Amino acid sequence: MSTFLFAVFPYLAMAVFVVGMIWRYKYDKFGWTTRSSQLYESKLLRIGSPLFHYGILFAVLGHVMGLVIPKGWTDALGISQDAYHLVAVVGGLVSGAMICVGFAILVFRRRTVKTVFNATTVNDKAMYLVLGLTILFGMWNTISTTIDHHHNYRETVSPWFRSIFAFSPNVDLMATAPFQFQAHAVLAFVLILIWPFTRLVHVFSAPIQYLGRPYVVYRTKGDTGQRPTPSRAPQGTWTSPTARK
Amino acid sequence: MRIMAQMAMVMNLDKCIGCHTCSVTCKQAWTNRTGLEYVWFNNVETRPGLGYPRRYEDQDTWKGGWELGRNGRLKLKGGGRLQKLATIFNNPKLPEIEDYYEPWTYDYENLLNAPAGKTFPVARPHSLLDGRPMNPQWGANWDDDLGGTYKTGHDDPMLKGIEEKVTFEFDKSFMFYLPRICEHCLNPTCAASCPSGAIYKRAEDGIVLVDQNRCRGWRMCISGCPYKKIYFNHSTGKAEKCTFCYPRIEVGIPTVCSETCVGRLRYIGLMLYDADAVTAAASVKDEQALYEAQRGVFLDPRDPAIAREAERQGIPLDWIDAARKSPVLRLINDFKVALPLHPEYRTMPMVWYIPPLSPIVDAVRETGHDAEDAGNLFGAIDALRIPLEYLANLFTAGDVEPVRNVLDKLAAMRSYMRDINLEREPREEIARAVGMTGAEVKEMFRLLAIAKYDERYVIPTAHAEQAHALEELATDCPVGEGSPGVFGGGSGGPVPVAIQTLRETKARMQADDMRQVPGSVSYLDWDGHGVPGRDTTEERHPHGIPGAGPDLPVDPQAEAPLKGMRAQEDPQ
Repeated sequence: MSTFLFAVFPYLAMAVFVVGMIWRYKYDKFGWTTRSSQLYESKLLRIGSPLFHYGILFAVLGHVMGLVIPKGWTDALGISQDAYHLVAVVGGLVSGAMICVGFAILVFRRRTVKTVFNATTVNDKAMYLVLGLTILFGMWNTISTTIDHHHNYRETVSPWFRSIFAFSPNVDLMATAPFQFQAHAVLAFVLILIWPFTRLVHVFSAPIQYLGRPYVVYRTKGDTGQRPTPSRAPQGTWTSPTARK
Repeated sequence: MRIMAQMAMVMNLDKCIGCHTCSVTCKQAWTNRTGLEYVWFNNVETRPGLGYPRRYEDQDTWKGGWELGRNGRLKLKGGGRLQKLATIFNNPKLPEIEDYYEPWTYDYENLLNAPAGKTFPVARPHSLLDGRPMNPQWGANWDDDLGGTYKTGHDDPMLKGIEEKVTFEFDKSFMFYLPRICEHCLNPTCAASCPSGAIYKRAEDGIVLVDQNRCRGWRMCISGCPYKKIYFNHSTGKAEKCTFCYPRIEVGIPTVCSETCVGRLRYIGLMLYDADAVTAAASVKDEQALYEAQRGVFLDPRDPAIAREAERQGIPLDWIDAARKSPVLRLINDFKVALPLHPEYRTMPMVWYIPPLSPIVDAVRETGHDAEDAGNLFGAIDALRIPLEYLANLFTAGDVEPVRNVLDKLAAMRSYMRDINLEREPREEIARAVGMTGAEVKEMFRLLAIAKYDERYVIPTAHAEQAHALEELATDCPVGEGSPGVFGGGSGGPVPVAIQTLRETKARMQADDMRQVPGSVSYLDWDGHGVPGRDTTEERHPHGIPGAGPDLPVDPQAEAPLKGMRAQEDPQ
């Protein structure tokens, strides 16, 4: 079972992710959006959305720090385990709190504002469930690490994570980690698995190129960026919830 | 000098009767879809009034358009690139649905299904967003004809500076209509605000469009546009805007709003301009100089040097020719009677307006004086400061001088032409008083009042060698989800929108009855059986025996008894 969960499944999820993203980009550029609901309601969104998104960005940085950078490197730099732990715990708790509060506000808003709820697809709901569970276990990890120094994830989860990308997954390391770490990791790969088929694709349209682009875009013949698929109904996973009324 | 061609429009407000035909036909053509219920690419506002969306002109609130930075360079009023990206998770300057209006429909079914009772059944309004019964509180033209303006009118942002002088007492008020579409600006802030680079200006004709495949729904364009003429489709999550009916323009026919305008007040034509001069003109320090600065970037195709240079830069000859005959060029640069809407936004708008003389004419007439007399009108234009200052707030950033000049010209034309109509000797001094000759006045009268179709619309067709690229520019109308053939039927591969529309329009216009039009269905001779438009005689079988019908001989003589048989069968 652990071989499947910690060796087979991550590769499966990532393969589906890569192929899925290419497929979605090729065939569903029209559906590539989060279908903003700001038009319906903006007071709750104004608080919840930046809290959640900045929290997530912060948490991503934290994951890079904890998972990608080997413990040996920070040790070599003379950063003690206690110092590292302090940074990780404070950063983790702050971003975790931002994410949880933001997520709670957004879910509350999505459920209680009728127009927003109407615009929520089954696909969205399933995604929120997986995302919510992932966040829940992530938060549990942060809190358990804060209270109990006993288990150091940088000696189990992190090497396992890197071993996946070295194509020699070290299942045993992960199998010894506490349950909440295992659950968080598996859920995260479930999230990666469903990623291309949900609204999460919007993460990859972060418009960084805007910083270097001329303000006004001109287009002339033969300069369409890419060849579109004209006069064709949008394909892919997405159907408008409001269109079904 | 980089010469570019721009498809532009002028609207003669004196002739607008506020019938909203343009809005309705535009709605039918472009925005009668889920997600765009609240959207009017074309709307008609009564001014003074709040407009649509409410108070959109108040840029202290909405931060649309450009402003000059401390270094004298243009910057987005809503914040630069970094600020846009930082606020991408929640656009702080986005109008909410209440700022437009909550769209609604009526429960018509209740009229038919309600049980018999003492009172008439009513059709209650229901929200089109969540289906709940609602009490409409505002609409796209709620303050039409100054309705309720005594209460809301003072919130009109254009009353700035003249608040005390304007009264909303019904008998002392003035009003006119302002139809609005996208301005297809030379320096568009919607495009500049788009993080994804999905909004672009077509190099061929300057039409501003949204690439539906590239739009990611960040909504920055909606905040950026000071005219609030780009909208969020809440069903697809993408921005949509007035397309200047590009599929029609490409084949040389006017936009739907223009074509259906009963007042014949819209003019469409090309303007050539120097694209390299746009930024400098939009950066002029004095807001009131922006009108003249924008006129300065336009080039005169009748100047042989300009025409030669335009040709050298690859503008097709027939386009240069069309630019020479452009009615828009005549009104903007020759007669100088058309003014831009809100030049102070620094977007260099390309839908211009001839301000209305009618509020002044009405005022003069009500005093019992001759409202067609040049002297009376000239005097009144000066005396009636309120309409003048209000119009100046709309069209010249508050500078009354250009507005007065336009109104003087319109007054002179009125007076000069009356003498001709009454077979009196026309008085040249009237024309001279506004810096024109009698011949020019007559020509202006022909363009403004007679307004022949071919003179109002001078639209060169897109070039065959360009046409393919144009219609494939990823601007395919996003008509919705899984509903192919919204533009009409047709089998085989997808037909480009432009060609299909032209073909069907022509067929519809030339056909004697709708059955001759491919893809169309006539309900007039549908008997209620089977599928309308399909010949039901083939579908139905005499005596209800499948196969009995088609096997019968089909010569005309055999048809007759067959028809009689059916008539007996169906006592209708």
